[in-house]
Amino acid sequence: MSTIVFSILVLVLTGVASAVILYFVAQKFKVIEDPRIDTLTDMLPGANCGGCGYAGCRSLAENIINNNSLDGLRCPVGGDNVMSDIASFMGLEASQATPQIAVIRCNGGKLNTTPKVRYEGVKDCLYAHLNMSSEGGCPNACLGLGSCVSVCAFDSIKIDNTTGLPIVDQEKCVACGLCVKICPRKVIELRNKGIKNRRVFVSCVNTEKGGISKKNCNVSCIGCGKCEKVCEFGAIKIENNLAYIDYDKCKLCRKCVVECPTGAIHEVNFPPRKEKANVEVEASQIK
Amino acid sequence: MKTFHRGGTHPEENKLTNDCSIEVFPLPKQAVVFVSQHLGAPATLVVEKGEKVKVGQLLAKAEQFICANNHSPYSGTISKIDLAIDFTGYKKTAIYIDVENDEWLEGIDTSNEIVRDIKLDSKQIVEKIKEMGIVGLGGAAFPTHIKYMLPEGKKADYLIINAVECEPYLTSDNRLMLESAEEALIGIEILKKALGVEKALVGIEKNKPKAIEQMTNLATKYKGTEIVPLKTKYPQGAEKQLIYALTKREVPSGKLPIEVGCVVNNIGTAQAVYYAVQKNRPLIQNILTLTGKSVKQRKNLLVRVGTPIQSVIDYCGGLPEDTGKVISGGPMMGKAISDLSAPTVKTTSAILIMSNKESSRKEETNCLRCGKCVTVCPMGLQPIHIAQLAENRLWEETEKSSAMDCIECGCCLYTCPAGRPLLDLLRLSKNNISEIRRQRAKR
Repeated sequence: MSTIVFSILVLVLTGVASAVILYFVAQKFKVIEDPRIDTLTDMLPGANCGGCGYAGCRSLAENIINNNSLDGLRCPVGGDNVMSDIASFMGLEASQATPQIAVIRCNGGKLNTTPKVRYEGVKDCLYAHLNMSSEGGCPNACLGLGSCVSVCAFDSIKIDNTTGLPIVDQEKCVACGLCVKICPRKVIELRNKGIKNRRVFVSCVNTEKGGISKKNCNVSCIGCGKCEKVCEFGAIKIENNLAYIDYDKCKLCRKCVVECPTGAIHEVNFPPRKEKANVEVEASQIK
Repeated sequence: MKTFHRGGTHPEENKLTNDCSIEVFPLPKQAVVFVSQHLGAPATLVVEKGEKVKVGQLLAKAEQFICANNHSPYSGTISKIDLAIDFTGYKKTAIYIDVENDEWLEGIDTSNEIVRDIKLDSKQIVEKIKEMGIVGLGGAAFPTHIKYMLPEGKKADYLIINAVECEPYLTSDNRLMLESAEEALIGIEILKKALGVEKALVGIEKNKPKAIEQMTNLATKYKGTEIVPLKTKYPQGAEKQLIYALTKREVPSGKLPIEVGCVVNNIGTAQAVYYAVQKNRPLIQNILTLTGKSVKQRKNLLVRVGTPIQSVIDYCGGLPEDTGKVISGGPMMGKAISDLSAPTVKTTSAILIMSNKESSRKEETNCLRCGKCVTVCPMGLQPIHIAQLAENRLWEETEKSSAMDCIECGCCLYTCPAGRPLLDLLRLSKNNISEIRRQRAKR
């Protein structure tokens, strides 16, 4: 009997003593944290992709609280919805941003270039970039080894087996910019999604002279300047033998697409051109 | 037999061109000379399009600290200065020369007579090495004169000459020792004087018995120069391994050989220094081994810098039909050439042609955890561990695992039974770590 009493006593005393010690320790090492950080973290998407430029969602939340402003702090994944929620919670004003999407600016791949060498080695664009120009010979071309695919946290990039080039899933891409950061060739660019998801862009980043780039690839920009002349809005600039369309100025008139002699300018999500097709048929009939 | 203490492997030697004497390669009609052919800051161009140049004339001048001069290997007219493709397929600025005759600049001794007297003092020697654009011919193309400008408070005890040639197939250093041993030995004397040391150790792998015999006989005339035969084991010729094999001193991680009182140079560099100091001849040519099992006429050639690789291959009977890879350098550390129109550079010591079967990699399978890569790593690293981290892009973790100590010898990749691309991942880690360090330095 006394054994039972004794052991209960010992346990109770030990418990009480530990509780007292723990209480003082907890007081001593107390971390005072703004409870809003947790709330904000819950409001953010929780993908921890790092697209905002911080280590994760919680880190962004901490920065919003610490700065008490939303300048330069934006979750590209959550977009305007999440940002306006956060703004109303914090009593701040959210900056509106146009939705963006990752765009692959190379159309070489297996179909438009002739491979001169075969790459053998670790399937990582960063390593291939160190050791060779590309299988087709273009020093700026997409290497097609899928470093962008491996970093994408949203499963929105895939390599197409027939072209050997990455394709961006328009529904899934949140424009976090991870693929843009990893691409050693700077082939991927974040561009405005555009009205009705329609975009016009130059699908080439080669800065070599026209004659040289044309030797390696059928669809490279040769820097001829035709698009620059035809553009009524001054959206196109030629720099280093390469045309670039400013998405803020572009009015999606598509004149440059028709004018481009190599087909380097791409249009996305436009309805098919009926008139153009008719003209071609007529022309062939005359011949 | 002396050797390094950790790791290493012994690939098939395949020294097929050991008995082919050095042939002088005829001058090409048009040559392409890259403006910068060394490690470090780019050199500044000092010639213009349309200018007539003579052999030995300065083309590009070194204006920064780690930089080397570049001289014209040909006489003729500069037809253009434009981008030219190098063997990786990228384009670099180069000087195109239409070759006419072979007219040397005045003041250059072109005779074969051996000059033994060293007239210059140590400072003048270093100055001369700098002026003549000598770079390390072991492969890294590091400007040689910098090794001889010792940091303050450091003193050298040994000059170490690397004549190991541990890469399979390569025989240029072997031929050099057989055909111009005297020149190399005088070069070593000059380097000893420049450094102010008494002792020079020349390491030669024992698979070159003729070279060892000849060098030992001749070296008796030069006090303080010792020829040391070394065990045939790869990578015996790696700087840190060679220092250990010869002196039993270990270079600390991330430090230079001068930390343990050694300066290491290749035997080819020693000969180039001899030419520069005694004959006033800049570095414009090198010995190149064209080899491979399927090549019809294997040769050791004396090639001027800037010769198109294609013309060298054509000279030796053209590309064999089943060619899988053309490699610049040896099979272990060399890099595959992606464009044969690329010209040779100062450090092109070999062109190796391998058939499809020889050159293709093993199919990549899962790691077996056998640990062979760890056993063979001469730097005592864990290639498997670093490769795993690199696959997950944890570059800072790879830095903690000492990835920067990797000498890229390729033993791990060569040994791996699962065909894992270990060397690729290690090189990738090193590249990313240097990038991270550069950013850290900026902060």
